Amino acid sequence: MNADRIIEQCRELVTQPLSAVAERWQAAHPGGRTVAVYPVWAPAEVIHAAGMLPLALLGGGTSVELTHADARFQSFVCSIAKSSLELGFQGLVKGVDGFVYSNICDVARNLSSIYARNFPDVFVEYLHLPQNSTSPGVAGYAAAEFRRLADGFARTWGLQVTPTALAKSIEVYNLLRARIRALYALRIAEPQKLSTSELYVILRAATVVPPEQSTAWLDTLLAELPAREARPRDRLRVVIEGAFCEQPPLGLLEVLEEAGCYVVEDDLMLGWRWFTSDVATDGDPFERLGAAYVNQAVPSSTRHEGREHRSAGLIEKVRRSRADAVVFMPAKFCEPALFDYVLMKQGLERAGIPHLLVEFEEKMWTFERTRNEIETFVESMLFD
Amino acid sequence: MAAPVTERQYQGKVHEHSRRLMSVWMDELGRAEAEHQATGALMISGNCVELLRACHILPMFPEVTALQNAIRHKSLPLILKAEQAGYSSDNCAYVKADIGLFLEGGMGPGKPIPFPTITVCNYVGCNVYVKWFEHLADVSGSKLFMLDVPFGRTAEPTPADVQYVVGQLKELIALCESVSGKKFDIDELREILAHAARAEEGYSRCKHLTKRHPAPFDSYFDSINMMGPINVLRGTPEAAEFFDVAVAEFEGLVAQGLGPLSEERFRTVIEGPPPYPFYKSFRNLFSKWGAVAVQSTYSTVGGIWEWGFRHDPRRPLESIAEQMLTENLTNRSIVARYGQIKRYVEEWEADALVIHSIKSCRLFSAGQGDMRDYFTKQLGVPTLMVESDLEDPRYYAEAQIKNRIDAFFESLEHKKVVAAAH
Repeated sequence: MNADRIIEQCRELVTQPLSAVAERWQAAHPGGRTVAVYPVWAPAEVIHAAGMLPLALLGGGTSVELTHADARFQSFVCSIAKSSLELGFQGLVKGVDGFVYSNICDVARNLSSIYARNFPDVFVEYLHLPQNSTSPGVAGYAAAEFRRLADGFARTWGLQVTPTALAKSIEVYNLLRARIRALYALRIAEPQKLSTSELYVILRAATVVPPEQSTAWLDTLLAELPAREARPRDRLRVVIEGAFCEQPPLGLLEVLEEAGCYVVEDDLMLGWRWFTSDVATDGDPFERLGAAYVNQAVPSSTRHEGREHRSAGLIEKVRRSRADAVVFMPAKFCEPALFDYVLMKQGLERAGIPHLLVEFEEKMWTFERTRNEIETFVESMLFD
Repeated sequence: MAAPVTERQYQGKVHEHSRRLMSVWMDELGRAEAEHQATGALMISGNCVELLRACHILPMFPEVTALQNAIRHKSLPLILKAEQAGYSSDNCAYVKADIGLFLEGGMGPGKPIPFPTITVCNYVGCNVYVKWFEHLADVSGSKLFMLDVPFGRTAEPTPADVQYVVGQLKELIALCESVSGKKFDIDELREILAHAARAEEGYSRCKHLTKRHPAPFDSYFDSINMMGPINVLRGTPEAAEFFDVAVAEFEGLVAQGLGPLSEERFRTVIEGPPPYPFYKSFRNLFSKWGAVAVQSTYSTVGGIWEWGFRHDPRRPLESIAEQMLTENLTNRSIVARYGQIKRYVEEWEADALVIHSIKSCRLFSAGQGDMRDYFTKQLGVPTLMVESDLEDPRYYAEAQIKNRIDAFFESLEHKKVVAAAH
């Protein structure tokens, strides 16, 4: 399969409900189980090491009409929380055996226990991911939390996560993450050869297939894309920040590019590329994952980093990707992104980096106003 | 037609006593800078105020500043100031009022509210706490200590959870020593914890007195007088004595058969923080129906003392960790809160549940529709849900709220009449 065919297949895969993905996996792996991870991150390695298929639970997007969840969550709550719950009510996650939530925000925390109450027949686990990044006990605590997740799999389904299996899964995901990093590097170097809407669907599709399969896709993409014929255009190089949980509509990403931007860095689909370098391959694998969580995690609005200012990670991304500006793209009602916007924009202004704020909602379907805002921003930068 | 319900003329000591104690603390804060007194910002929920006290760090609570500004109708200009600086209309208004105070020049050197010397984020459930204190440390330049408390996701905290928190408390002690220049004394902490336990016992006794008919005070609107001493001043002998006075006063009211209203027609449990900018108006909407809150969840944000937990001077750091981990509302799941409310409804013999859903605090409110579903459909408890905000007056629509409250109590009254006829 060539690169274009892979991207086409990824586009098709991301339109399928999670139930179709899970049931297809179970048909091919009788007795097999699937566990979906709510954004932003959970150790997919632990799920994989138990012999299950890790999936990403990314809400209902534009595909699901809220008929139950609106009565459970108020109007001022983000859409992804409601649509994720709605998927359960409408049977659109049938075949998904378990869900993992974590302390990314107050809404996600409440959603976790409400999901468990409404769907008592599925496995629901809530991970407390440390917010203290500097105390000596943090890495060990994170490792214990990942062991607790594994114990839950053993208790519920009798699926053991052995150290050998987890070590192997870490290697599998290291390979995948390394390729994703390479794809991001390619986009920084030659953004005309890989659009962000393409990169997004590739990464999103990687969350619904086994990591071995997505790694093989990425090998092909990395081999073929550099040879793609594409003429560089006079566009603004931008970093997208704030879209780490609720998913922006594909149309919005396309509009951003059509309006004159090359997106050269972003915080989309962080969960499958959470570590900035390979997780160590020697020693206790749970401890290694815990240490990686503390020392190798990407900057994220959902994680407190006590060793640097909130804007430092973003400024580093801008510098590394040679971006001209930042487009803040928080989901409507997303408190972590909206709070961080203030400290980040102050940091950018101190560093002389222009920025634009564009809020979105997963159900958004008209983009003309946004197109107009972005075009104006781009023109003001390009013709300054 | 039933006689109109009126508020009893309040002649007790609790309100004034609380106000006096809190004023003393606020005055101390106002003098801290001039007296070179180290201060430490803390959050109310599941806090470790005893530890700061033992380290000779004067505690300060941005939430208290924010609510005081709201109740004095001063919050909106501060919120708008923060929104001008880039904060979203969808962000917690408590934070915006606090940052707005800084932007307005009402906080910092030479001001009644000083900058904290250290900012101790007791991350107990609420993720906004993390953001708030990151921002507070940023504007004040103070050292931020992130005290990560694992959320209550298992039936009981694991020994590893307790040890994880205790380890961080020890680091915090070292930080406090470096700030205050004074050596930490574990025996001093034990003494402070003994005062804390005495206050906790008193608060618990007060709250159990509202099981009586009529309840001697409103456990939502009047509890605010006790929440200052229990959450801010806990660990001082003055707070412990305050609760001795409160218990005596409320026991006296019970003996006389007096409640806060001329007649207690409905007993409610109220869930969620109050709308501070409209505290009295909101209360009046219930009072006219003879509705008294016999229990409330908001009064347990700092600690749930009525189930028996007390700080233990024999296990000082461990018991502080346990309280932060489990014995407060915010570090427990919303569904665990259903259990807390269910117990209140049953043991305090409430007629109804009132959910005051506020936009600012998603920890409290996100998913309260599910809570309503559980209480109405599964338990058959009449439940009313109204929406506004605890800090931002723009979200309080009195006419709409009044309509809903009136309709709800009319319906409850009708049910009572029908039940009495059968």
